[in-house]
Amino acid sequence: MELVVSLAIGVLAGAGVWLLLRPRTFQVILGLGLLSHAVNLFIFSTGGLRSGAAPILRRGEAGTLADYADPLPQALVLTAIVISFATTALLLVVPLAARGLAGTDHVDGRERDR
Amino acid sequence: MSFRYREGLHRIRAHALYLPALLLVVLGALTKSAQFPFHVWLPHAMAAPTPVSAYLHSATLVKAGVFLLARLWPVMAGTDAWAWTVGLAGLTTLLVGAWIAIFQNDLKGLLAYSTLSHLGLITLLLGLESRLALVAAIFHVINHAAFKCSLFMAAGIIDHETGTRDIRRLSGLNRSMPFTARLAMVAAAAMAGVPLLNGFLSKEMFFAEALSAAPPVHPLFNLLPLAALLASAFSVTYSLRFIHGAFFGPDPEDLPRTPHEPATWMRFPVEILVLTCIMVGMLPAATVGPFLDIAARAVLGEATPDYSLAVWHGLNLPLLMSMVALAAGVALYLALQSRLREGMDGPPLIRRLDAQRLFERMMVFLSWRLARALERMLGTRRLQPQLRLMVGAALLAGFGAALLRGVGPGNLSPAAVDPVIALVWLVGGGSALGAAWMAKFHRLAALMLLGGAGLMVSVTFVWFSAPDLALTQLTVEVVTTVLLLLGLRWLPKRVEAPGARGPEVLTLTRRARDLLLALGAGGGMAALAHLVMTRSPPDLLARHFLERAYTEGGGTNVVNVILVDFRGFDTLGEIFVVAAVALATYALLRRFRPAADSLEVPEQQREQGGAAPHGAAGAPVADWLLVPFLLSRLLFPLMLLVAAFLLLRGHDLPGGGFSAGMTVAIAVLLIYMIGGADWTEERLRLLRPRVWIGAGLLLATGAGLAALPFGRPFLTTYFAHLDLPVIGQVPAASALVFEIGVFALVVGATLLMLVALAHQSVRGRRAAPRAPGEG
Repeated sequence: MELVVSLAIGVLAGAGVWLLLRPRTFQVILGLGLLSHAVNLFIFSTGGLRSGAAPILRRGEAGTLADYADPLPQALVLTAIVISFATTALLLVVPLAARGLAGTDHVDGRERDR
Repeated sequence: MSFRYREGLHRIRAHALYLPALLLVVLGALTKSAQFPFHVWLPHAMAAPTPVSAYLHSATLVKAGVFLLARLWPVMAGTDAWAWTVGLAGLTTLLVGAWIAIFQNDLKGLLAYSTLSHLGLITLLLGLESRLALVAAIFHVINHAAFKCSLFMAAGIIDHETGTRDIRRLSGLNRSMPFTARLAMVAAAAMAGVPLLNGFLSKEMFFAEALSAAPPVHPLFNLLPLAALLASAFSVTYSLRFIHGAFFGPDPEDLPRTPHEPATWMRFPVEILVLTCIMVGMLPAATVGPFLDIAARAVLGEATPDYSLAVWHGLNLPLLMSMVALAAGVALYLALQSRLREGMDGPPLIRRLDAQRLFERMMVFLSWRLARALERMLGTRRLQPQLRLMVGAALLAGFGAALLRGVGPGNLSPAAVDPVIALVWLVGGGSALGAAWMAKFHRLAALMLLGGAGLMVSVTFVWFSAPDLALTQLTVEVVTTVLLLLGLRWLPKRVEAPGARGPEVLTLTRRARDLLLALGAGGGMAALAHLVMTRSPPDLLARHFLERAYTEGGGTNVVNVILVDFRGFDTLGEIFVVAAVALATYALLRRFRPAADSLEVPEQQREQGGAAPHGAAGAPVADWLLVPFLLSRLLFPLMLLVAAFLLLRGHDLPGGGFSAGMTVAIAVLLIYMIGGADWTEERLRLLRPRVWIGAGLLLATGAGLAALPFGRPFLTTYFAHLDLPVIGQVPAASALVFEIGVFALVVGATLLMLVALAHQSVRGRRAAPRAPGEG
């Protein structure tokens, strides 16, 4: 199980990094999206992969890790999801505005010198 | 010296941090006292009026460094490190300063370099590790202040009365200002170490110490007496040059002013100081004795050695050395006559070692050449090399750490592979790779594949007991996809198809390199994740949160309680970030100018008349998307209800402000996409995203501040369970207000971004030239 998820993280990160290094803005945006998926999954996985653990406490009870899922990585990832949404939005709009001015969607604002 | 005191000293010197501490202290002291190689600043700090220079160069400022060394002497001296750093710096400065001083043409320059030399002498004495040397150092601090101060003021008088300080132009002032000349001569003689003046006494002590210094450190220190003799001879030479150059010789020609004696009060300080020089030189024990005693005892206490402040110690080696130095100095001056008259600026032999020039070169190198070289190597205006460097650095750090520290297998045996998750990630991985492949050729496909990967992430979250994450991921994924879809419209058309044109070799190499980096990053992440997952996670914090979530936070959804309560401050910061991003997006898009080739109304809209508002007369297909449009309008209140449900139950069950806000945003988006921008904007005029953002931030901050009047820290929550009619028991924590603030902000920010982006199509349409057949 761990192998599958770590491979998934690897594939997402690899694809993300590849896209991040491409010259077109859209590719970079998608790359950042994939990379943030990978990182979120990674942070999430540091709490251990447990499919049977309860995420919600029973009323009035102090929970233990034996019965409940680790809430800390989840809280971190929840924040990370929202922040990566915000960065993606900004990363989308900045190149759009730049393209309006520069006339190209190359990440440097101009085509590569040949 | 008590036993405990000595014990303490021993512990200081044996301490592991003794050397760093010593180096730092010495660095500071040497810089302050302008010791080699930090002497650059002093000769160039003479722009001030002469009284200020006198104060800076002779009495106070530069003495602060040696003062510090003297005070720390009992504690820190007595080690090889001390002897080497302090002693060597002092010796070098003593000789180099004196040598340079001889060849200065500016009176003040000569005095400044001689100050360097004398400070070097004091530093050297401090480095000699003998208590008598310490007394000599203190004594010389006083003596140097007296004669150097008077010399500086004499130079000031000369400058004031003649208008120049250049030794080459000055000459024969003995006749026009005889009294000043006498004063300067006495002071210069004291500096040269002529008997019966104060400089002689401390110089004698120095010679004695140089001769008796037990060289525990290095045979090099055997040469100390020779160096002392040499420096002493140099000091005679530059003193002679000062006096002979300014006061003797033929009458001066074409001076800016006609020289004459200065006003009495201008000479008065010099008179006092020169009198001091003479008094101390003749009757040391009676004049300076008590002061020196106090100073020496302040440093050494009980351990102050017996020293003799007599003028005549009998015919001994130090006296002989003094005489030799005097003779050698005079001889050197005579030998250098022709050279000095040439008026060359700067000393021979080490002219190329001009510290100022070296310093400037160093600064140029550091601030210009090195910076430029580094910029050429690492910096670039181009994004890709920078990102490559970043990824490369991350890879190096990761693999380097693994190589250095070693990696062992984890302690958990892997769980059996669940075919469902395997299938999920077959799809997810395929989507990711597909997105990477298609991002260049087919943006829409790539975007859908990205969404697919995001969905699989969401499924994984729910599979591994994180419903909150799954919910948030799902809603965020929807909004992100729509956002990117809206952006697609403004990107340039790309006609290139896969394999249409063989790329150049350079491009291929670049791609191979990037592929390698991507493989390394992916492989590294996979390995790292696997290593982490096969180890039992630490549960310190987890236990803390799990135990306190209900008892202290009043909620059963631990993740949500962490977000709005335990780590509420983080969330507050986060929503401020989201607000800032939304406003930045909005601001950027207000000035948005689409590229020319994106202005055209899309083909589809032209043919279906979608550009016209719904139901408008003249639209060719007035009822396009009518059924989905009706459905979405029916769905709208339902979705708002779902959002309210998610918001209210967030503290106890999966949900919360983020997912609720995203749900509202999705509801509005649905209408927006199907109903068209015009229709929606007309009806949702009341929906002012910026107001939502502001209200959200205020609510969240206010919920935090509300704890303050109760004497609780910022963002402390209060909770109770309310019994409402009809609805039943409702948990009401003050965190709910915070949550509502988050909700409002997320709604506002998301809508602001999306509407700003979607609205561009309306603006674009208005800006576009009407297509020919459109009427």
